[in-house]
Amino acid sequence: MPKDTGIGAATVRREDVRFLTGTGEYTDDIQLAKQTYAVFARSTVAHGTIKSIDTSAAEAMPGVLAVFTGEDFVEVGGNPAGWLINSRDGEPMKEPKRPVLAHGKVRHVGDAYAAVIAETAQQARDAVEAIEADIEELDAIVDMNAALSGSNFVHDEIGTNQCFDWGWIEDNREATDNAIKNAHHVTTLELVNNRLVPNAMEPRASIGSYKASTGEYTLHTTSQNPHLTRLLISAFVLGIPENMLTVIAPDVGGGFGSKIYHYGEEALVLAAAKKIGRPVKWTADRTESFLTDAHGRDHVTKIELALDKDGKFLAFRTDTKANVGAYLSNFSTATPTFLHGTLMAGNYTVPLVYVNVKAVFTNTAPVDAYRGAGRPEATYSIERVIDKAARELGMDPIELRRKNFVKPDQYPFASAAGLEYDAGNYDALMDKMEEVADVAGFEARRKESEAKGLLRGFGVNAYIEACGIAPSNLVGVLGSRVGLYDAATVRVNATGNLSVMVGAHSHGQGHETAFPQVVAEMLGIDPGVIDIVHGDTSKIPFGMGTYGSRSLAVCGSAVVRATEKIINKAKKIAGHMLEASEHDITLADGVFSVSGTDKSVTFGEVALKAYIPHEYPLEDIEPGLEETAFYDPANFTYPSGAYACEVEVDPETGKVTVDRMTAVDDFGNVINPMIVTGQVHGGLAQGIGQALVENTTYDENGQLLSASYMDYTMPRADDMPMFAVDHSQGTPCTHNPLGVKGCGEAGAIGSPPTVVNAVIDALQSGGKDVKHIDMPVSPARVWEAMQ
Amino acid sequence: MNLSDSRVIDAERDQVWAAILDPDVLKLCVPGCQEMAGTPEDGFTATVVQKVGPVKATFKGAVTLSDMQAPESLTISGEGKGGAAGFAKGGANVRLEAQGAQTVLHYEVEAKVGGKLAQLGSRIIDGFAKKMADQFFNNFQEHVGAPVPAEDTEPESEDAPKKGWLKRLVS
Repeated sequence: MPKDTGIGAATVRREDVRFLTGTGEYTDDIQLAKQTYAVFARSTVAHGTIKSIDTSAAEAMPGVLAVFTGEDFVEVGGNPAGWLINSRDGEPMKEPKRPVLAHGKVRHVGDAYAAVIAETAQQARDAVEAIEADIEELDAIVDMNAALSGSNFVHDEIGTNQCFDWGWIEDNREATDNAIKNAHHVTTLELVNNRLVPNAMEPRASIGSYKASTGEYTLHTTSQNPHLTRLLISAFVLGIPENMLTVIAPDVGGGFGSKIYHYGEEALVLAAAKKIGRPVKWTADRTESFLTDAHGRDHVTKIELALDKDGKFLAFRTDTKANVGAYLSNFSTATPTFLHGTLMAGNYTVPLVYVNVKAVFTNTAPVDAYRGAGRPEATYSIERVIDKAARELGMDPIELRRKNFVKPDQYPFASAAGLEYDAGNYDALMDKMEEVADVAGFEARRKESEAKGLLRGFGVNAYIEACGIAPSNLVGVLGSRVGLYDAATVRVNATGNLSVMVGAHSHGQGHETAFPQVVAEMLGIDPGVIDIVHGDTSKIPFGMGTYGSRSLAVCGSAVVRATEKIINKAKKIAGHMLEASEHDITLADGVFSVSGTDKSVTFGEVALKAYIPHEYPLEDIEPGLEETAFYDPANFTYPSGAYACEVEVDPETGKVTVDRMTAVDDFGNVINPMIVTGQVHGGLAQGIGQALVENTTYDENGQLLSASYMDYTMPRADDMPMFAVDHSQGTPCTHNPLGVKGCGEAGAIGSPPTVVNAVIDALQSGGKDVKHIDMPVSPARVWEAMQ
Repeated sequence: MNLSDSRVIDAERDQVWAAILDPDVLKLCVPGCQEMAGTPEDGFTATVVQKVGPVKATFKGAVTLSDMQAPESLTISGEGKGGAAGFAKGGANVRLEAQGAQTVLHYEVEAKVGGKLAQLGSRIIDGFAKKMADQFFNNFQEHVGAPVPAEDTEPESEDAPKKGWLKRLVS
């Protein structure tokens, strides 16, 4: 039953008014008085020794105010990794310093080794050209196998290119090996999860400013989590006390993970602002985004699936090399490990899982979490090998999955990869998918395609992900160096309207619309009087930001807890006003009533009383109506889904067309179905983009060849079919107050294997015994595989 | 990327050898060369203006000659820095084979590019490098001796053979 307000209503996104009318305010829109501009000198070689940098000519150029090199930051800290991973032998991972500006060596094309601050951006750009850098090129380390076997190191001081060699679950290693050795059937697949550039619509930008009279710094920056950025700059990089640094992330034009992390440019503009006593702005151009935004994926994996004669899964074993690039980005060590290995049991009752991940330094841009972050890599490996197994065993791919699904009566279910799934119903999702995707009608559609000379294939996928990141105690045991709670303050103003300060940052997720729906539902008031404040560390108690589909599950839960506190206090005030016990007060439709009587006061009257406390029991109740809550989840949330894809392949050209795409997801309870559908659409587009067209290519010298939209293909609207999206089969999360699971990444997790499975099915139907094609399944690759 | 080819130069081997070491000849032969100075012993410095796809830049470079076995072979290596446009560097192993009054010039070129040149020009860089090499050796044939049609020479550039034709008609 659709509602028109509150939880469950498809409320139109209020933030879209400013986004669609060009009145959003992004970092680069902000013009501070006496602002100056920074431009970076970036390495054109992938690996080189900095012999000397002569900045004297640049310093003499018109308008130049200062020039910085790595020498200026030798005394300050480095940008740290947020998660400690221990290798199988117990050794902690290798953590080479990631400086603000490269010092001693440059380690990837785009690595910044100097920066010019000038009156105008053009003057700064010209002066960068005048910097004389003598950089002796070294052989580049690009291929992961060569990196692991060679004696040429990205970081000489650690004497290896292996960051860690991680085993999960190490105690199951031998049992998994035995299960595979003795199994009735083992299916093996080697695959590449292709490297992606995040391509947020808004490039990264930062403005540093400094007030000498008070010692206060302000950083405006394109961040998904301003508090974490402040924490990193304060505690690790520049040592600015947290209370002297305000980080503001205004409107941010997409992040997809790449804006979670702190980058050196942010520290540089702050240090430069202090030195010259004026604000310093830096805005990336698109090439800088390609070269320096943390990339995504880049796993090379061998996966084996052992099955018994009935098709029951006995074990999954994977061997993965994960590229971490030249430096450890903040979550780069968590992504290929605890966000990947722990999901390697999928939706299945498989008893044994063993995952080995070797993280490898290379002379390429850092790699970190990108929409899905580890879970797309897990899902792709599992769901591709299951598809291959079904074909080898002559079983229906849907039936093989169903045979191994965790069943509804098995929750809470301890997966073989170490997680405890709290709720789900994978058969119900599959049933719904079969209905929505009209699986029964596939054969008729295949005949129609064949009549056109095209090969039609059907692909299916069942995924699970761990979202709502994350229980602090659990992740602390696993190596996280931060807690992953979130916080909210609900401030009821005297006149009855509300400001809700949230730690989650909204950059496309629709928080400004969805969070008020929750508060409005709880208070029984109009969501229009509730405003969301986010992205400013000076206004918000704290927050861990937006990623891992966590905003609603974690920060939304903090909003619920703070609102509950508001209700409790408001009931005390109402009880006083109505001369009744607070325990007899009920709240409905924005009115506090005494049970069993017709005595009542409105929410607005209570708010006014809190701020004008005349005839007020000051000995029992404080004035004011503002409450803060921190919420730390008890477990991850586990969205799951069943996806289907139908493709047509042109056997003459190898061109793949996605004709139908169905996404049936279990997100638990849904606050705003329109926003959820939009999130799924975006995720599907990114996943289909990865499957069909996107690819990041470095040559053997570490030069990025796909560094512009001429060579890096983005998915376009005409690459997409009309999506069929359904979230009617939700099983509420059992441990957060909203029963929500998170929907931001699902589409990008579930769609790539679905598309590739469909392509393989199409080729098989055409009599081509093609077992695998690596993404992107471009026409050239498909055509070649068919020959 | 790697290129190899050979050209027949209508001049004797000593004459060809001397020309390769002459900065004035090199300046005339390197496409887009604005300046060329130096000596075979100390190396040359050069300024070259070139446009690769969307990237146009002035490359300032140094060229060194090594493994010199007069008048048979040498290695030419160079690196050009184009500032924001990135860099190009490469080497050529050149071998001269006397063939009567003519000389067969064999070359193997290895070239690589970096920075914006690679980022924006990668899809056209192989063709560009081949064009540059063809132009250089066409120019060289032109300036050192009248060109001789050879079986293993692709008539890639139309300009040079035409000029050569004219030159032979008037000479």
